[in-house]
Formats: sequence, structure tokens, C-alpha cells
Amino acid sequence: MDLHKLSLNQQLNGLKEGDFTSTELTSHYLDRISKLDKELNSFITVTEDQALLQAGAADKRYKEKSNLALDGLPIAHKDIFCTKGVLTTCGSKMLSNFEAPYSSTVYEKLDNEGMVMLGKTNMDEFAMGSSNETSYFGPVKNPWDTEYVPGGSSGGSASCVSAELAPVATATDTGGSIRQPASLCGLTGIKPTYGRVSRYGMIAFASSLDQGGVVARSAEDAALILEAMSGHDSKDSTSLKLDKPDLTKGLDDSIKGMKIGLPKEFFAQDMPAYIEKSIEEAIEVYKSLGAEVVEVSLSNINLSLPIYYIIAPAECSANLSRYDGVRYGYRCENPKDIEDLYMRTREEGFGKEVKRRILIGTYALSAGYYDAYYLKAQKCRQLVANDFSEAFKSVDVILSPTTPGTSFKSGEKADDPIEMYLQDIFTIPANLAGLPGLSVPCGEYEGLPLGMQLVGNSLEEAKLLQFAHSYQSNTDWHKKMPNI
Amino acid sequence: MKNYSEDWEAVIGLEIHVQLSTKSKLFSGASTDFGALPNTQACNIDLAMPGVLPVLNEEVLRMAIKLGKALNAQINSPTSFARKNYFYPDSPKGYQISQMDKPIVENGYLDIETKEGNKRIGVTRAHLEEDAGKSLHDDFEGQSGIDLNRAGTPLLEIVSEPEINTPEEAVAYLKSIHSIIRYLGISDGNMAEGSMRCDANVSVRKIGDENLGTRTETKNVNSFRFVEKAIQYEIERQIHELESGNKITQETRLYDSQANSTRPMRSKEFANDYRYFPEPDLLPINLENEFIEEVMASMPEMPNQKKERFVSEFNLSEYDASLLAADKDLADFFEEVAKVSNSPKLSANWIMGELSAELNKENLSINESKISSNKLGQLILRIEDGTISGKIAKEIFEKLWSSDNEVDEIIQSEGLEQVTDDKEIESIIDGVIKNNPEQLEQYRSGKDRLFGFFVGQVMKASQGKANPKQVNDILRKKLEK
Repeated sequence: MDLHKLSLNQQLNGLKEGDFTSTELTSHYLDRISKLDKELNSFITVTEDQALLQAGAADKRYKEKSNLALDGLPIAHKDIFCTKGVLTTCGSKMLSNFEAPYSSTVYEKLDNEGMVMLGKTNMDEFAMGSSNETSYFGPVKNPWDTEYVPGGSSGGSASCVSAELAPVATATDTGGSIRQPASLCGLTGIKPTYGRVSRYGMIAFASSLDQGGVVARSAEDAALILEAMSGHDSKDSTSLKLDKPDLTKGLDDSIKGMKIGLPKEFFAQDMPAYIEKSIEEAIEVYKSLGAEVVEVSLSNINLSLPIYYIIAPAECSANLSRYDGVRYGYRCENPKDIEDLYMRTREEGFGKEVKRRILIGTYALSAGYYDAYYLKAQKCRQLVANDFSEAFKSVDVILSPTTPGTSFKSGEKADDPIEMYLQDIFTIPANLAGLPGLSVPCGEYEGLPLGMQLVGNSLEEAKLLQFAHSYQSNTDWHKKMPNI
Repeated sequence: MKNYSEDWEAVIGLEIHVQLSTKSKLFSGASTDFGALPNTQACNIDLAMPGVLPVLNEEVLRMAIKLGKALNAQINSPTSFARKNYFYPDSPKGYQISQMDKPIVENGYLDIETKEGNKRIGVTRAHLEEDAGKSLHDDFEGQSGIDLNRAGTPLLEIVSEPEINTPEEAVAYLKSIHSIIRYLGISDGNMAEGSMRCDANVSVRKIGDENLGTRTETKNVNSFRFVEKAIQYEIERQIHELESGNKITQETRLYDSQANSTRPMRSKEFANDYRYFPEPDLLPINLENEFIEEVMASMPEMPNQKKERFVSEFNLSEYDASLLAADKDLADFFEEVAKVSNSPKLSANWIMGELSAELNKENLSINESKISSNKLGQLILRIEDGTISGKIAKEIFEKLWSSDNEVDEIIQSEGLEQVTDDKEIESIIDGVIKNNPEQLEQYRSGKDRLFGFFVGQVMKASQGKANPKQVNDILRKKLEK
């Protein structure tokens, strides 16, 4: 049986019915990883022994009829989530030897539901990148075509789910790091409302933008896992004081009469014809399901990229100060004094892109520039958020492409940061406004998948997933998997 | 150097760091106890492990609001935190979580007593921040150790306006803050252990000058006396420099208490750019009116209020009342003694006289007094009810200080009750007169001052137990005969 072809709910049913055990399911994925991941490099660490122990424990619970909600389902975790006693690198040389002394809330929540960790997935260093080429542990390949990048920063999570080395994976999104790789790998990826998923134990890049989420093969799968990850956490002061939402109940509800907004500013940009065509086809599907499509305006949306590239580096410049070689992680050899320890540890321990952003952020916060850059960016950020609030007065979701194109070849943009930053032009606004965003596969161009993005109003993950699910119930794009 | 002072005036502002006496740290659940083994009270958050997040200990809000109220200040809502970025091994995150734009307490003042009368000193702000750990440079040959037990301990930094002009005023202000935080129970204010630390910003200018001179910041001053001496030294140094035609460098200086001098620590010209920005891991805090009112309802009586009450309720002098009220423990001790003895005035005299002398001699705090407030009250009660004389009371005091005996036990077992029987006193007096015929004659021929001699002899003969007033009265009559 091709266990990896089953949806999460099918796998869960199979486990409940005793069609197969978690140990069999887990071993099946571990086998696939050992066979296929050498080329993809989607995992930094495979936690084989621990996975089989967890699977065995799940099987025991099934036998004793004390099974948990997601018992025995395998999952891969982005290596940004701290997992106790397991290497947690964040894709960096700086943490290449770091075994976390505690587990993130996301890991704990899924562990408490019985999920089995297959391993830790590769990622751009400290989640900074859009191609998974900045990882200290080497680039990740796109399973659709290994000459192409999987996107980033959650490239490992997207690549392994796309290659069916894991049925689902956690991921994080600061400016598009879930949605862009989901789009480039033909997956469904959702970033919830800021504060929905606890950031405790999720290694910080830009605190006010970072949000955990999931990459999956369908909206239905994504809903199941995101629901389990969500909910208030007293260890994260920015966590919303709300219980976890019910994301699966309304998936099959009709979207008839609901309104989709198309931001005219996005569609005014030069867009490749194949994207325009795919989006138009998706719109037709929605219309046929009874949704109404209207134009909306997000007049400050063009400010998003510059705002993001002030705020994210500013926050990262402080967040990454703790990596100083003093308490844990990489330390340079034979430092001659404390200054030398700092300088060489950080010079040797961080990669180019991370250093670039630390420098930009440090500059933006320095005396005399703070008002002109950081403060102004925060004000403009509010304008972007206001645009969304205004738009959501008249529409239920906002639809756009997820990325400006399908995947690109490894190395193609690696030396051009601006080109790389443009990858996130459609996704960044949702992070700035703290809104939920989702990408679903909606087409293909020259053998590579392509996604559309749906952005919802604050806390309306359920509605986004409902829109995605009704689309997926009437199309097959999400069912296409790469041939590997 | 004193002769400079005619032309010059000093402008002084104090930054006082007060360690708040919470059980756990500002942003983590780790304990704040002093003196534990290095790094045993530092959790993942204090160690700045990847992925950890701060969660505010709400107790500090209550403490800060109380201080704000005691300083007649405004409480800011929302109040928010900011990151202050700098690299140092004992600052694990590479930034300190502090407050910048919206400190919890702002625009207050404090009235201090000076030789010229009361003076109002403005308090610019008081903000919450976390303490750093400690670097230990002497314990390991060629290496430094880091102890992060203190990292994350809550501090309130209280910043005064530069409205202090003399070292004496600075100390009065500092003592007043000390008294307030002790009263509020928000800190133990122990300067030796570092739970209260003072940095002094000092500049000098010619009297009449509008512009401020270049200032220096003196750190590491860990007692009231050293604050006074350090500021005095710094004022004199700056005046000397300026009068010698030199310039003052804006810099941070360290006070060396052994040499009684200050020396440059680091120049502010190369100062860190702290790159403050709002702490994204903590949302701005709205302080609901209800919450503020609840905190204010729990405010204890403050030193000034207590002082006024001591004057009006107990009829103490302003001086006595203010001295007793300055220290909460002393004031509490006094009130207990006054309650037991039923004589506030005498209680005040004894506490500030005998007791203080004894405490000073042995360098003890009031809480370490070897005579409890109850015993001292009993002793004074026995003076008041005439059982013993004041002189005998002093002897008993000495005995109480060095033993565990009760006041009445000592009086009884040693037969120290005052003699108040007129007949008994008369017979003692008769004996004394009889034994000193020469002095009697001299007295009667006009040598009045010999009266004291007779009193002394009578008291001696009674072993100090005769009631002095009765001795006076009866002796005068007998000598006149």
C-alpha cells in the first residue's frame, strides 16, 4: 500500500481501524527519507530512533484504546522549533552544535496529540531567504525539478512534504516563508493570524512578523494540524488570549454569496501571462461556486517591501545578538579577548545573508536614522494594515498570486538580493498587517507548480481554509505530486 | 579647596537603581534570592536560549505604581518596554529590556530637608528594567566567569532632575528614596549587597551662569557616606580642573572608596549607540484605573505622613518625629515601645538615646537590637509608674542588653524598686546629714551649691533607689532647719 498517498484523515482512520500501525507508517516515511532525501537535502536531522519510540507508544495507546487526537501521525518540524535533546540549528553554523534544552510550544502541542517527529527540516539560515540556499547545511532541492529551488525559508518543510517524505510539516512565515515555498512546491501552506500560534521556542527572526504555521498537501490536512498548533500560550506575551479555533468543522460549507476581493495594485503589476491565466481560471472556479468577485484597493501596498526590509532586519539585529559564543552554539577558536570572541564568532558563525540583514537593521536603528527609517516604517506599516481593514469591510478574502513566478534555478538569484526579496512582494503585506494568509496550488507552468494566495481578515483562518477547501473540492491542482 | 565654593555651584542629578524584592525575576520564573551558587538561579529565559520569550512579572507593576504615588508622579498608561542594545558577556540577550518612551512613572517630586529648610527635587522618571548578571574577573586565572543569577532581576531606575546642588542634598535625597522604598516594601534597599545603587551626574558652573557645565557620571558608589564623598571629590576635582584652565571631559568615572577619588572608566565620546526600539516580544501594557486604584488602596503610611502623625498624636518634636519616621523599622519599633510603655515622649528619648548609642556601638540595625521593643516598653513603663528611677533604669537597660531576663525579674531579684516612702528617705537623709557636719555648716552659711553634694550622698546611700524628686524636697526642708 502506498501509505504516503493517503491524506492525513485517511492515515488517521487507518491507524484507528488497525489497517496499519504507526510504526509501519513511520517506518514507511523513514524509508522514503533515507532513499530520497540524499538528493533533496530537505532534512537537517532525521530523528529515526525517537520517531520509532513515539510510534511504538502511539501503537500501544491504540491497542489500549487511549489514543490521542492525532496519535501516531508522522510530521516533520522546521529546524527553527526547539526540540528538547535534539539538534536545533535554525539552518546556521552558529547553532550547528546546539541541542535545545527545552521544547517549543508548537512541538509540545503536537507531541501532546501523539504526533511522531520524523526529523528537523532544512531552512534558510535563521529563516532569512526565499530559496533555501542560505542554509549552512546546504541548499534544498525542489522535488518537481531538482535544478530548481523549493523556495524559502521553509524550503525543507515544503520539499519533504512535496516529495512525500513526510505527510505534513510545520513551518514559519515572516514575510512569506510558508506561502512562497508552498507555491513553488505545489502545496497548501497557511500562516495564521499573528498571535494564533505560540512563538515560544520558535527561534526568533523578526518578532513582530514571525508566525508558525503548516505546509500540507491539502487545506483539509492543513486545517487539522493548524488547529492542534493554535491556542493561547502564557509563555508568549504576544499570543492571543483565545482558545484554539475549530478549523475543520466548516470546511465543506458553501462559499456561495461570499466576496473575493482582487487588489487592483497587485494586478496592475507586470505579471507573466501564465500567472494571469491561472488566476483567471481560479476566479472562474470561485464564480461558478457562487462567490462574487470585486476589485479592492490596497493603496499603500507598494510600500510593503521597503517597510519589511526596515522592520525585519531591525528586529533581527537585536534578536541575533544573543549568538555571541559565550553560552552555547558556535565559538571561534582561541579568542584573544572578549571583543575578538564576539567578532570572530559572529564573523565565522553567520552566513552572508544573515550578516547583511544584521547590518541593515543595525543601521536603521542607529542614532540619527531611527526616526527616518524604523519609526517611519512602523507608521507606514499601520497604513498597510488600515488598507486591509478597509478592504475587509466589503470582502471576505483577498486573492492574488502567491509569487511573481514559478520556481527559479538554484543560483539564479543567489547573488541578487533585490531580485530575491521581490519573491515576497505578494506575501509580505499579510505579515505587516498580522493577517492570516494561505497559498494553494492553482496551476502549472513548464512542469513547475504555481500558487494563489488568499488573505483573510484577522482570526478568519477558518474562512480561508473553507475557501481553499471548496476550491480543492472542485479542482485537482493540489493532487498533482512531483515524479520522484 | 573649600574656598572655591564661593564662585562655583554644583549641579547634580542622581540615577538610582533599586532592585525590586519580587520572588521571581522580571521576565522569568527564576528565583531572585541573593547569594545562591553561580548560575543556579538562571533559567532558559535568563540564559537567553534561542526561542525563549519574556513574560512580565505583574508584581513589578504594583511596586512601580506605589513608588510613583509616593513620588507624587504620574503613572503612564500604556507603558511599554524597549530594547537597549549592547554587547557584554553578562547581558545574555545582547540587549537589556528597559523602558524608553513610556516609562511607568514620570514627572514626580520629592521634598527633602536641608539646612536652609525644605527643598523640592524633581523626579524625571522611574522606569522598569532588568538587571545584568555579574562578570567575575578574579576567580579564574586568565579567564572571566559569568554568573547569571542576577540577570533578569527587576530594577526600577529612578532618575532625578539636575536640581541637587550639594553633596549633603544628594545624600538627603538618596536617604529619602531609601526610606520610601523601604516603607513601600518594594526593596530592601541594601546598598552593600547592591540592591540599591547610585550613579551621580555632576557638573559645576560659575554662580550666575545660565549654561550647564560638562558633566561626568560617577558610578559604583555603594553607601550613603561614599555618595557624599564621591560627589564632594568630583565637585572639587572639576573646579580645580576648570580653574587650572583645563576642560572637563564628558565621561563615566568610577569611585574608589579606599583612595576617596574618582577615575575615568570609559569615555562617553566612544559611547555605545544603544539603538533603543520598542520590545516586540511585549505588548504595551494598559494599566486599568481599577488596577491602579487597587494598588493605591494598599499604600502604607509614608514617612512624611508618619512624621506628622507622630507630632500630632504623640506630641513629639518635629526633629524627633522626623528622625524616627525616616526608617520604617525604627518607626515600627518606636510605636511598639510607646504602646507598651504608654509614654511616647520617653520612648522616643530612650530609643534615640540609650538604644541608638548601644546599636551604633555594636554596629547593629534596629532589627538586630538585643532588647526587644516589648522589653524596652516594659522598662519605660516601670519608670513611668514610679517603680524605678531613670538612673536605675539605665542599669537595668545594660542588664537587658546582655541577658535574656525580663524587666520585672531584674527589678525584683536585685531589689531595685524605687524608695518612695517619705519616712525611709528621711532616715537616709538624716544619716547623711549626721555624717557630714562640716558640709552642713558650709551650706547653712550660704554655700548653696553643696545641695548637689547632699543629693549625691543620699542617692549613693540609697544605692540610687530613692525617688529623686522626694529626695530633693525632703533634703531642702531638712537642710534649711
